[in-house]
Amino acid sequence: MRTAEPLLAPPRVACAHCGLTVPEGLVEEDNPQQFCCSGCRAVWDLIHASGLERYYDLPERREAPVRPSGSAFSEFDHEAFQALYVTRGSGGLSQTELYLEGVHCASCVWLVERVPLAIPGVAFAELDVTRSLVRLGWDPARTTLAAIARYLDALGYRAHPHRGLRTEQLRRAEDRRMLVQIGVAGALAGNVMLVALALYAGWFSGMDAGTSRYFRWVSLALTAPSLLGPGRVFFRGAWVSLRARTLHMDVPVALALGAGFLRGAVNTLRDAGPVYFDGVAALVFLLLVGRFLQHRAQRAATSSAELLLSMAPSSARVREDAGAAPREVPTEAVLPGMLLEVRAGETVAADGVIEQGRTSLDLSLLSGESRPVEAGPGDRVYAATVNRTGTLLIRVDATGEASRLGRLLKEVEAGARRRAPMVKLADRLTAGFVGVVLLLAVLTWAYWTRVNPSHALDNAIALLIVTCPCALALATPLAITVAVGRAAKAGILIKSGEALEALARPGVMFLDKTGTVTEGRTVLAEWVGPEWIKPLVLALEAHSPHPLAAGFRDAWPAVPVPDASGVHSTGGGGVEGSVSGHRVALGSPAFVGARLDRVAPPLPTSGDLTPVWIMVDGRLAARAGFGDPVRAEAPSVLANLRARGMRLRLLSGDAPSVVAAVGARTGFGPADCRGGVSPEEKLAAVEAAVRHEPVVMVGDGVNDAAAIARATVGVALRGGAEASLAAADVYLEAGLAGLLPLVCGAERTLRVIRRNIAFSLLYNVAGATLAVTGIINPLIAAIMMPLSSLTVVLASWRSRTFEGGSA
Amino acid sequence: MSVLYLVVPVALLLVGVALAAFAWAVRRGQFDDLTTPAMRALQDDSEQKPRPR
Repeated sequence: MRTAEPLLAPPRVACAHCGLTVPEGLVEEDNPQQFCCSGCRAVWDLIHASGLERYYDLPERREAPVRPSGSAFSEFDHEAFQALYVTRGSGGLSQTELYLEGVHCASCVWLVERVPLAIPGVAFAELDVTRSLVRLGWDPARTTLAAIARYLDALGYRAHPHRGLRTEQLRRAEDRRMLVQIGVAGALAGNVMLVALALYAGWFSGMDAGTSRYFRWVSLALTAPSLLGPGRVFFRGAWVSLRARTLHMDVPVALALGAGFLRGAVNTLRDAGPVYFDGVAALVFLLLVGRFLQHRAQRAATSSAELLLSMAPSSARVREDAGAAPREVPTEAVLPGMLLEVRAGETVAADGVIEQGRTSLDLSLLSGESRPVEAGPGDRVYAATVNRTGTLLIRVDATGEASRLGRLLKEVEAGARRRAPMVKLADRLTAGFVGVVLLLAVLTWAYWTRVNPSHALDNAIALLIVTCPCALALATPLAITVAVGRAAKAGILIKSGEALEALARPGVMFLDKTGTVTEGRTVLAEWVGPEWIKPLVLALEAHSPHPLAAGFRDAWPAVPVPDASGVHSTGGGGVEGSVSGHRVALGSPAFVGARLDRVAPPLPTSGDLTPVWIMVDGRLAARAGFGDPVRAEAPSVLANLRARGMRLRLLSGDAPSVVAAVGARTGFGPADCRGGVSPEEKLAAVEAAVRHEPVVMVGDGVNDAAAIARATVGVALRGGAEASLAAADVYLEAGLAGLLPLVCGAERTLRVIRRNIAFSLLYNVAGATLAVTGIINPLIAAIMMPLSSLTVVLASWRSRTFEGGSA
Repeated sequence: MSVLYLVVPVALLLVGVALAAFAWAVRRGQFDDLTTPAMRALQDDSEQKPRPR
C-alpha cells in the first residue's frame, strides 16, 4: 500500500484504512499494511475479522483517522437508561435509536449497517445518514446495548442516546399523516381535472346532456371527499382564527373553497351553471403541498438542532463511599445523597457540595462569568459548570428540576409561553384582503341582480374563486421553505420561519459577552517582561494543574521548559520554587507581593484581564494578564449590523469592568454595556424592550436561555449550553460569523415574500376585474389559478436568499 | 357513450387501489428517509454477510 512520490520527498505511505499519510515515526518497515493510528488499525482488524474486506472496494470511503473514545458505555445498560430510551419490540427484541458522531457518506452506511451484525444477538442496524441516527434492534438475552455501542465506537462512531425520541416519533407520525392526506388530495384533484377537461372539451364541441350531467356528478363525488378529508384543515384553521378574532390566511381560503364547492353542488343538482370542482380540488392539493414543504424544512432544522442536545453527557460516575470504585450511571439516575466523582474536563451533572478535592470551576455557561472560580471542600457546585483542573467528590443535594439549572430551565419555559405570537406579513395583509374581496363580491352581486339576475350569484362566486389567495397562501411558505433549506446548508438552522420576518426589521439586538462576542476561554492576553523569564515561568507551571498554567503553555509552545525544584503551590494563590538557580514565584499580585524584597509600585492592568505577577530573586520581574479574547470577526460583524440599522446592546453576567473593556473594543458606547447581569435581569431587560419593538437576543449560555426564549427572535451559538439551544429560534453553527449572513438572508427572504405577495395581489386585481365585469368563464378561471401559483413557485425557487446554497 | 358508465367507476376503483398502496407505503415508513436508501442501492454486494465472531 505504498505510493511512490517524485524525488526528494520521502515515499508517502498511505494508511491501509483511511488512506491518509502515515506519520514517519509510525511506519513499520516489513508490514504490508501501514496505519496512521491505532484506531485505524483496530477498524482494519475488525473489518477483516468479520469478513467484510469488500469495504475497501467502495468507491467513496471516509478519509479520516479513526479516534475511538474508548468509553465503556456501561450507562447504556442501566435500568434508568433502558426505561427512558429502549422499547421492547416484537419477538422479544429491544429497540432504540442512537445518535452517531462522524456519520456522513455511503461508506458509513455500509459499515454501520453491517459490522454490528457480527455481534451475536443483533437483529438489525439501520442508518439514517441525514440525521446521523442508527436504529438498532437486538436480543437482550444475547447481547447488550453497551456492547453494540462499544463496537460502533471502535469504528469511530461515538454513540449518544437520542434524547428527543418520543417527540420524534410523534412528529414522524404527523409527517406520515400529512403525506397520506397530500396523496389523497393529489389523486382526487388529478381525476377531477381529467373530468373537467372532458367537460371543457364538451363545452366547445358539444356533449349530450346526459354525459355532461354524469361527469358533473362524478366530479362532485370526487371533490366532496377531498374537501371533507384533507381539505378540512383549512376550515378548522379558519374557525380557530375567527374565534380568536384575528384574520389568518385560512379564512379567505376556506371562504373560496366553501363558496365554490357549495355553488358547484347546487349547480350540479339543478343541472345548470358552472361547477368549480376542478379549481377547488386543485387548490386543496396545492395548498397542502405548500404547507407540507414549509413544515418539513422547519422540522429538519429543528431536529438537527435537537440532535445536538444528544451530545450532552449521558453518564455520571457514582461512588458508594469515598473509597469505593466508581460506577457509571445515566445522569437521569443520579439522586440526592449520592456521591459523584467528577474528573477534570467533565461537566458537573447535579448540584451539590464538594466533599473532597480542589479545583477551578468554569461557570461561564451558567452565569456568564469568564474568569474561573476556585473551589474546595465545603463549596457549592452547580450542574452545568465545568470542572477544569482537579478530581472532585461531590455530595449531591439537588438534581433535575430541583437543581439551579432546572429552575433556570423553568424560567425558559415561562419565557417561551409569554412570548406573543408573531404576526406574519401575509396574515397582516389578509385582514384587508378579505374585507375588500367580500365587499367586491356583494357589489358584483348587487350590480348583476339589476342587469342580469340569472348570472348574479355565479359572477359573485367566480370573483370569490378567482381572487382566492392561492398564490398569496403559497407565497410566504415557499419563500420561507427555500430560505430555511439554503440557510441549513450554510450552517444556519432556522426553527421557525416567522423568525426570518422579524429579523429583517431593524430593532434592538442584545448580545451576551462571554462565548458570544468573546471566545469564552481564557488565554494569555498581555505579557510585560523580558524573554529569559518565559522558561522560568513554564518550569514552575509544569507542576501546576491551574488553568492559567495551560494558558502559558498554549501561548509559548516553542519555549524550552527547564527543570524546577522545591515547587509548591498554594491553592489558588500561586506557585513558587527554584529554577536554574533563581528563586521564582508567580501568582496573584497579593501572593507575589508578599514575597518581594520591597513593596512594589501599584501596576496598571487592563480592566478585563486577570493579573499574574512573576517574582525572580525577590524582584518583580514580569507581569502577565489573562483574559477572554474578543472573537476576531466580532468587530466587523458588529459594525456591519450597526450599519444595517440594528441597535446593539451588550448584556453580560461578567464583572462590569470586564464588560466595559470588551464593549469599548467592539464599538459599544459605555451606555450600551451592562455587566453583572443575572439571568433573571437579562430576562427582565428583554421583556422591557420587547414591549416596544422587535428584540433579537444572541447568546450561548444557560444564563441567556430565558432571555432567548422571551425575545422576538432568539439566536444561539455553537458550543453553547443545551438550554439556550432548545430555547432559540435560530442556531448558528458558524458562531458569531453566521449572524451577518442570517440578517442579510432574512432581509432578502422578506424581499422575495413581498415580491410574491405583490405579484399575487396584482393577479387577483386582474382576475377580480374580469369577474366583476362578467367576462370571466370557468375555463379562464381554471387556467389562471394554477398559472399564478406556478409563477410564485418558480420565483421563490430561483431566489437567492442565503449564500452557500446552489441555484 | 354508455361505456363511460362502466369505465369511469373502474378507473376510480384503480385510483382507490393506488391510494391504498401509497398509504401503506407511507405508514411503513418508506418515505421517512429519502437519502440513505439511495446510498444503499450503490452497494451491490448484498451477498456478503459478516461472519459471526
